[in-house]
Amino acid sequence: MQFDQILQYTLSGISTGAIYALIGIGFSIIYNATGIINFAQGEFVMLGGLLTLSCLELLNLPLWAAVPCAVAVSTVVGVLFERLAIRPLRQPTPINLVIITIGGSILIRGLAMLVWGKDTHTIPPFSGDTPIAIGGATILPQHLWILAITLIIIVINKIYFYHTISGKAMRACSYNRRAAGLVGIDVRRMVLFSFIISSAMGAVAGIIVAPLTMTAYDVGVMLGLKGFCAAIIGGMSSGISTVIGGLILGVLESLGAGLISSGYKDAIAFIILLLIMFIRPQGLFGKADSERV
Amino acid sequence: MLEISGITQIFGGVTALDTVSFSIAKGDITGVIGPNGAGKTTLFNIITGIYRQTAGTVQLEGKDVTGFPPERLARLAMVRTFQNIELFGTMTVLENVMVGMHTKSSSGLLACALKMPWSISEERRIREGAMKWLEFTGICDLADHTAGSLPFGKGRLLEIARALAVGPRIILMDEPAAGLNSQETLALSLLIKRIRDLGITIVLVEHDMELVMDICDRIVVLNLGRKLKEGTPREIQESPEVIAAYLGDDD
Repeated sequence: MQFDQILQYTLSGISTGAIYALIGIGFSIIYNATGIINFAQGEFVMLGGLLTLSCLELLNLPLWAAVPCAVAVSTVVGVLFERLAIRPLRQPTPINLVIITIGGSILIRGLAMLVWGKDTHTIPPFSGDTPIAIGGATILPQHLWILAITLIIIVINKIYFYHTISGKAMRACSYNRRAAGLVGIDVRRMVLFSFIISSAMGAVAGIIVAPLTMTAYDVGVMLGLKGFCAAIIGGMSSGISTVIGGLILGVLESLGAGLISSGYKDAIAFIILLLIMFIRPQGLFGKADSERV
Repeated sequence: MLEISGITQIFGGVTALDTVSFSIAKGDITGVIGPNGAGKTTLFNIITGIYRQTAGTVQLEGKDVTGFPPERLARLAMVRTFQNIELFGTMTVLENVMVGMHTKSSSGLLACALKMPWSISEERRIREGAMKWLEFTGICDLADHTAGSLPFGKGRLLEIARALAVGPRIILMDEPAAGLNSQETLALSLLIKRIRDLGITIVLVEHDMELVMDICDRIVVLNLGRKLKEGTPREIQESPEVIAAYLGDDD
């Protein structure tokens, strides 16, 4: 009985953790390309979910069309955000940029509230909601969707960053922006790319989680912070450490909520965040040198 | 090839460069020398678009490139290396050079997303091209090492390999021999001559007089932000003004 319960909490923790990982990687990609924490990242998660809802209900699109549509529109919002709010800054200091992303996040959330109202909305699961039994625990088909899509995105990400020239150029920007410019990399274009990738990933995360948790104009705040927490655990890497960070966070949160009290669910994430910041600010797996420029 | 006219740079109240003009002929190795504080590095930073000068213009192959950012200059085939080598520390040696070839890759983000296999085959082509430059600079045995782990001398060679991978017609080197031992300096001078033999114009700022006198076709001497003298190594060595600037005036 106890074991089944723990298995159950772990399984659902892993799928929430996968979502946190996706959002966290979005944070890391922008951080590595620009040196800023994009606090509007959570809003793309919210936009993904709510835009899918609109595509389904207002445009009557089938799900397979609604999802790419929602991702595309969220990405356009990401591009506009970079173009209108980030790029025009002449002398961008990190603190200015961070505050701008917070402002952008409040703006996007406010507009979303006007468009979709304050109610929570649901999106139907991708393939029914007949539970699947695994050992003594059960998971929903949506959990499998989440795991599969997360895995695919992480693999594509890996291939992009390590096996394409464009991806290598983007990594080069994060290591040494000045040298990157000198070998002909258009750093500002790479910054735009980073916003494109991150907003698309955020939107996907928001879409695949929406059938489980419901969605509303303000889900981005909490999901964004959890994703940020995952990225911090992972030392702001856009690779596997952030994925592990997300999974650790998801599982601990789920176990804590199940075994202690669900009231502490969000507190657990922030306790972990604080502990990491105090003890290992370079992330759980990072080396102590912080050489990122 | 490169025409510098009337470059003036004023930092606050200090005139770092005062109407400096000279031109660099295609295929030459030109040395820019001068005592410390003469404005050599400032001049380099202006030419390569890192600083914006107070006045004056820079023309590259007849085109006015004044104030162009470094990445545009790189696309126009002008690159530079740094006195304190600037590498992508956590990437491998080979990847560093591959990034240098980035401008020659046609696959942007969309192309990557849409035709991944094609993009990967292009990556293979670029990998081979990058290997060629590592061989040229003699560090291909280090291809898989992390750039940050290289000893200083090898790092310098890597920086040169990466600059060459951009496909430059002119390359500016800021104190390429700084921090190198005499053997490495000798190898460097041979390398620079081989780069020139590829048809690449070279401009270097350098303190190592032996190196400068050995490899340079022409030398420009700066002192206190002004051009003091310009000529062949022999003319420079025999010039009383230059000797006075370096050794102090007898008067």
